[in-house]
Amino acid sequence: VNSNASDPAPRRIWQEVIRDFQSAHPGITVVLNTYDHESYKKALPGWLTGTAPDVVFWNAGQRMRQFVEPGLLRDVSAIFTPPIRALLNEGAIDLVTVGGHQFGVPFALYPISLYLRRDLLEKAGVKLPIKSWNDLLSACVALRHAGVTPVAIGTRDLWPAAAWFDQIDLRLNGPDFHADLMAGRVPYNDQRVRAVFGKWKELIDAGCFLNSHASLSWQEAQLVMNQGRAAMMLMGNFIVPNFPPELLDRIELAPFPLIDRDVIPAEEAPVNSLHIPSAAKNPEEAEIFLAYVLQQQVQERLARGLAMIPVNRDAGISDDRLLKAGIEQIAGVTRLSQYYDRDSEPALALVGMKAFQEFMMHPERLDTLLDRIEKSRQTVVR
Amino acid sequence: MPDLTRPGPENQRHRIRPLYSRPAKPLVFPILLLAPAVVLFAVFVIYPILKTIALSFYSWNGLSQPRFVGFANYRELAADPVFLIALTNSLLWLAAYMAAPVLGLGLALLTSQQLAPMRLIRAMFFLPYVISQAVIALVFGWFLNSEFGLLNALLHAIGLPSIHPLESERFSILAAITAGLWLQAAYCMMLYLAGLSLLDRDLIAAARLDNIGALTLFRKVIAPQLRPATFIVLMVTIVGALRNFDLIAIMTLGGPYDSSTVLAYFAYEQAFSSSQRLGYAAAISTVLFAMVWGFVGPLLLYMLASEKT
Repeated sequence: VNSNASDPAPRRIWQEVIRDFQSAHPGITVVLNTYDHESYKKALPGWLTGTAPDVVFWNAGQRMRQFVEPGLLRDVSAIFTPPIRALLNEGAIDLVTVGGHQFGVPFALYPISLYLRRDLLEKAGVKLPIKSWNDLLSACVALRHAGVTPVAIGTRDLWPAAAWFDQIDLRLNGPDFHADLMAGRVPYNDQRVRAVFGKWKELIDAGCFLNSHASLSWQEAQLVMNQGRAAMMLMGNFIVPNFPPELLDRIELAPFPLIDRDVIPAEEAPVNSLHIPSAAKNPEEAEIFLAYVLQQQVQERLARGLAMIPVNRDAGISDDRLLKAGIEQIAGVTRLSQYYDRDSEPALALVGMKAFQEFMMHPERLDTLLDRIEKSRQTVVR
Repeated sequence: MPDLTRPGPENQRHRIRPLYSRPAKPLVFPILLLAPAVVLFAVFVIYPILKTIALSFYSWNGLSQPRFVGFANYRELAADPVFLIALTNSLLWLAAYMAAPVLGLGLALLTSQQLAPMRLIRAMFFLPYVISQAVIALVFGWFLNSEFGLLNALLHAIGLPSIHPLESERFSILAAITAGLWLQAAYCMMLYLAGLSLLDRDLIAAARLDNIGALTLFRKVIAPQLRPATFIVLMVTIVGALRNFDLIAIMTLGGPYDSSTVLAYFAYEQAFSSSQRLGYAAAISTVLFAMVWGFVGPLLLYMLASEKT
């Protein structure tokens, strides 16, 4: 097994899961090789085309599809029997499916949610919860009035800006349109895409975003929020460990506000997954391991250890308020979207995310920016 | 007096040929000595260069079968606004870096004075060069950080408004160049200090006896002797300016959006960030390679020519 779970806590959890798996299946020996995220990303294509391990860690969606198309990943549909399917989040299964077949097993997901500082919002006179678009807009105005930056965001690494684009598009145009757009089937100068930027501009005009976002990483932006100078942040639940403990009970989690009530509910929730390379030497044993990871108690343990949301709906977390809120956020939702840079063609995603950043600083350049993304879409999608 | 060390006619007659000398194959030994360096250079420098140039005519994402596309990558480059930004920024960097030799020479002349505190001051000026470029970039990044940076804290303390160079499409490249210039000036200073230590003291003493002014002393006596050092300084400065990558990669990531990208970073981004456009990146690298030669080549030729005379 080649893994990119290199941070200390996830690494320990996976070691435990593997130890238990081996005692349940004495005939199978599992060797876990852990790599840091960036080198893993660069080495994976080499492993898949060369000497392949039996199981690899990766992400669902476009990131997986790019390896399915050249036939580098094994079809593992056999694992997805009807009883198993019934247990799992449908949206997560969707994301490992290509042409009706599954090419991997989703093991955890992390929804993008709006993290709020209740104390700052209340002090500025904002009523919680923030549920509708207008709630969000008026919260921005009230917070600015109180001298607090409404939304902490750091777009130096580009992708945090994409969360806003994805979320507005999902709420405004729905998951089907979003999937088409991500797959490159819709031109970027489409009126519906313009409408997304129109909504985004309402937030910019209301002074929602941290002024210095372009040069900050998301960690630095979160620090602004921790210091009490900003009140909200749109992020995955991996930011929770970075809140100081004494701040945690003042943090609330909310799904992105609704814009159009008639749109199919969908959430942005990147899915982490396990796959078997086509060139694996022990594919049968690998399948047993993949199926094991979906079991309820393994899912609970992973969710707790990784601070992520389990894909097995029976797995419950009762003692962690924010994780529980995340599970509730996903519970009723049948459609999941990955992140912009995981769903789009990589070359297009880079152009797109830079345009998002530029748009946040210069909304008046929208026409030029849309032309630029559209041009890139035409070269990339052929 | 006959020179006995040279094999003259009568010496040669009595000469005993040493066992280990094989005049029949005089080239074997030098070839053996050169071989490792030549092989390494060919495998790790020449081959990658040729391979990169070849790759620039292909479309390849690292996984797919490379597809020959002729000059398509170059045509795309010519029309790519980001390439134009990268090219402009690289040339801007080169122009700004020309201040480094001047600053370096000034610092070298200043710190080569035989005064007690100068040793310390010299060491302080050279310090940035001892630290890795990556660390310099990090430190400058933190210093300029608009939320937590020291610079804004200082400005604030003396009642000035804060500045945000790293978020500005105009100034982020200048911030990176400034950090680079600080390093490059230190390097130039060191090279000039070495040059100054090789000066002919007698010439200077003679000039002093003739009572000429400091400026004339520098122009007529010192500067000509510093010519070799100046060549080296110019060369490393040009190459340093054009190949610069680390400062951008750490301080600005080419941002905001693409405003501070340079050719080397643009190539890296196209090849290794999510884009994986290796053919396109190879085309950018080839252009950069040609540019470096365009600037360094004439200088090199001039230097070789002037060394012969």
